[in-house]
Amino acid sequence: MIKAILIFNNHGKPRLSKFYQPYSEDTQQQIIRETFHLVSKRDENVCNFLEGGLLIGGSDNKLIYRHYATLYFVFCVDSSESELGILDLIQRWFFHSLEHVGNSVVTVFPLWLSQIFEEEGVLSMHKVFVETLDKCFENVCELDLIFHVDKVHNILAEMVMGGMVLETNMNEIVTQIDAQNKLEKSEAGLAGAPARAVSAVKNMNLPEIPRNINIGDISIKVPNLPSFK
Amino acid sequence: MVASSLKLQELIQEIREAKTQAQEREVIQKECAHIRASFRDGDPLHSHRQLAKLLYAHMLGYPAHFGQMECLKLIASPRFTDKRVGYLGAMLLLDERQDAHLLITNSIKNDLSQGIEAVQGLALCTLSTMGSAEMCRDLAPEVEKLLLQPSAYVRKKAVLTAVHMIRKVPELSDIFLPPCAQLLHERHHGILLGTVTLITELCERSPAALKHFRKVVPQLVHTLRTLVMTGCSTEHSVSGVSDPFLQVQILRLLRILGRNHEESSETMNDLLAQVATNTDASRNAGSAVLFETVLTIMDIRSAAGLRVLAVNILGRFLLNSDRNIRYVALTSLLKLVQSDHSAVQRHRPTVVECLREPDASLSRRALELSLALVNSSNVRTMTQELQGFLESCPPDLRADCASGILLAAERFAPTKRWHIDTILRVLTTAGTYVRDDAVANLIQLIGGAQELHAYSVRRLYSALAEDISQQPLVQVAAWCIGEYGDLLLEGTCEETEPLQVEEDVVLALLERVLQSHMSLPATRGYALTALMKLSTRLHGDNNRICQVMSIYGSCQDVELQQRAVEYNALFRKYDHLRAAVLEKMPLVERGGPQVNEAAKESKEVAQLSEAAPVPTETQASKLLDLLDLLDGPSENAQHPPPLDPTPGDTLIHLLDLPCTPLPSAPIPNLKVFEREGLQLTLSFVRPPGTPTLLLITVTATNTSGGDVTHFICQVAVPKSFQLQLQAPSGDTVPAQGGLPMTQLLRILNPNKAPLRLKLRLTYDHFGQSVQEIFEVNNLPVETWQ
Repeated sequence: MIKAILIFNNHGKPRLSKFYQPYSEDTQQQIIRETFHLVSKRDENVCNFLEGGLLIGGSDNKLIYRHYATLYFVFCVDSSESELGILDLIQRWFFHSLEHVGNSVVTVFPLWLSQIFEEEGVLSMHKVFVETLDKCFENVCELDLIFHVDKVHNILAEMVMGGMVLETNMNEIVTQIDAQNKLEKSEAGLAGAPARAVSAVKNMNLPEIPRNINIGDISIKVPNLPSFK
Repeated sequence: MVASSLKLQELIQEIREAKTQAQEREVIQKECAHIRASFRDGDPLHSHRQLAKLLYAHMLGYPAHFGQMECLKLIASPRFTDKRVGYLGAMLLLDERQDAHLLITNSIKNDLSQGIEAVQGLALCTLSTMGSAEMCRDLAPEVEKLLLQPSAYVRKKAVLTAVHMIRKVPELSDIFLPPCAQLLHERHHGILLGTVTLITELCERSPAALKHFRKVVPQLVHTLRTLVMTGCSTEHSVSGVSDPFLQVQILRLLRILGRNHEESSETMNDLLAQVATNTDASRNAGSAVLFETVLTIMDIRSAAGLRVLAVNILGRFLLNSDRNIRYVALTSLLKLVQSDHSAVQRHRPTVVECLREPDASLSRRALELSLALVNSSNVRTMTQELQGFLESCPPDLRADCASGILLAAERFAPTKRWHIDTILRVLTTAGTYVRDDAVANLIQLIGGAQELHAYSVRRLYSALAEDISQQPLVQVAAWCIGEYGDLLLEGTCEETEPLQVEEDVVLALLERVLQSHMSLPATRGYALTALMKLSTRLHGDNNRICQVMSIYGSCQDVELQQRAVEYNALFRKYDHLRAAVLEKMPLVERGGPQVNEAAKESKEVAQLSEAAPVPTETQASKLLDLLDLLDGPSENAQHPPPLDPTPGDTLIHLLDLPCTPLPSAPIPNLKVFEREGLQLTLSFVRPPGTPTLLLITVTATNTSGGDVTHFICQVAVPKSFQLQLQAPSGDTVPAQGGLPMTQLLRILNPNKAPLRLKLRLTYDHFGQSVQEIFEVNNLPVETWQ
């Protein structure tokens, strides 16, 4: 069972947090802090597995994490999950999240890279990928995630549900998300039109309508119309 | 006031522009005030946006509870946009501890039965994330219906929601068990994944379900085979492995079903061999499947050849250059070490290599595994390796490593000397990380090895002279020097180098320990007592020691002060007793299987015997009371119940009392009652350590033809006695000499008055209820004298 999924940046600022067990707000923040503390101490070329902190359950739990550019993706799982499977899942989720969340500049690059990834094998490309990302994009990937965190939540909900992996076929997930987005757009389109019109008018920057229109003296000649009999 | 209708992105931008934490807080609080106003005033078109902003603030840690009601409103709205955010809010803000969470049950019910697919999906997702037991009970019928829906998307989600529901309300298993077999025939991978998870959950919870699902093993085997054979062509393939997640789940379920079951294991053998040989392990996905296969092979009743294959796979993984793979290999080996110890032993050298990893996660796993692999044949080499590791490992692993080495040494020590050496080395390297009972254990060990006393005391002395900061080491050393100080000064010991030790130097060392700010109060106690003991062991005059005692007689620490005062008294008023009191201690008894308990006991005893023979009662701590004890054999009757016989023994031995030996001849049994075949016999025991205690066992035997039922025995004693009646072994005495019923009585007789008993029996015999009351006056004299 997956206990929690966290994304935070190199300074520990949370970018996404989803808990699959009830924790109080304070505990949630503490868990985020503790996890960041544990994960940030790790070297670059050690394994991606860590024993969990005290707050999130102790000996049975592990942290499986991946560090991409400025972001840490952390899954806190118990012993019933396959470690390598989850690791693999994080990797594929990251790429597809970006694809469907970010702007066009970002979409092409990771797609290309992900294909190389899957063909050449994890290890060899991982280093290259991270370095390239660091160089070219810096904060762009993180920014996409930051500004569209609700969309990332939606994608995550199609992948993991109730602490269990729901679907691993990224195409399926993407299809669903696209359909849902279309639904939202159509609602905003039709039903929102009147409201949008009203708010548009309200926000229109109209000049002052003159109260008195001084046209000046107009003598209007009224023609003598013959009487109609 | 016009509520701000900033878009989420705009708010995020504003927050990012804040330079300090305080600024950020300001921005968010201002926005939250707007949001609150908007919720209050009602703004149906933009409330979803407001909630989204609130959820963002919530993620950063700001309070968002006032959004809960808004979630409810949004969920109830007909628009998909609203529902999406509303349900997300429900998952993030509402959990089963809030009372408000039950209010969405109705909305979820409506959405589940009437909503479009996407909405049903949202509802199921929320239900499976935060659904409480009540909600699950209410909504189970709806979810059950959805398992039959035409849409694969909805069915997939419904199955996984069912897993969550069963976790919350186990009784719902009955509802969700029947559809499983059907669902296994689905082609949709998502549904299959959910179904396999569901079946796994059901099987783990109930053995009946486990039996039931054994019949789907062939179907599972077929599905897995199809996955393995199709390879890269399907859209589910990851790095050439077809839907690794589903494969892993199926393998896990097969493991559960095949465990301890010959028939199922038979069915799986071929398939497992196929998976093991055909899966490409060069990517994570393939390795994940292989690991799961190995664990399954080892856990079911598989063929021997298959097991060998599995262990070889693990061995290969252990040498892989990828650290992740090595980590999972170590974890898998740890799971196997209990059941297939010899197979794992073969990889011991590689495991020990992993101890030297710089990666903390890997070295921790390697440590656990190494400790599990220690046995009597490799204990010396392994301990050597582990001690090397102890010296260089990160601090959070030290405690585990130290206690692991000590435990292994205890179980497999080839010689006592080696054992003592090992413990010594651990104490010197990682003294602060050992458990509390290590001190007591070592003391007990040394005490028991008489031939090694001289050796131990010399080694400890040298270690102490070098470093007095490691508390456990100091404590043990102080104790030893106190006990065996004479051996220390004696001269040569053939096992260590000759050490010329002067009396003054020894005393100076102990004084240093006493005064050092690094010494814990307990350590100081040890040192003080050691000094006292040396007063009889050494041959010089005891002025120096007396001085120390008088100084510490006014110490701030109450414990030390008490001891010093007592020792002072020993010097001054009771000098004739000093040698007897400070004699060498007898071996401390160790308890049985519970090491902790025993350690505590022996520690208590050690402290008891050290701190001049003072009983552990709170009132009897003055030396004068002790002298009362010395005068006569009769002891104070107020013995605390948990006090085991050992302190008493030690007490008596130390005092070397000229007391009359307690009667040790067994007391004859006494038959007190006989009627129609039912006999009542009393047997007596007087435990030697407690002269006022008498234990009577009442035994009821029945030689008649009819059972005696509802047998109740009540006992009364004269006023000056205390009686405790324990529960009887039963209330039926079977006929024809069947198993007799016994009952234990504990009688305290502080005044040594003559014992009389009055017994009242009630029972049914031959269909009649009988009541008998009688007195027993002819108890043997030995029972109360």
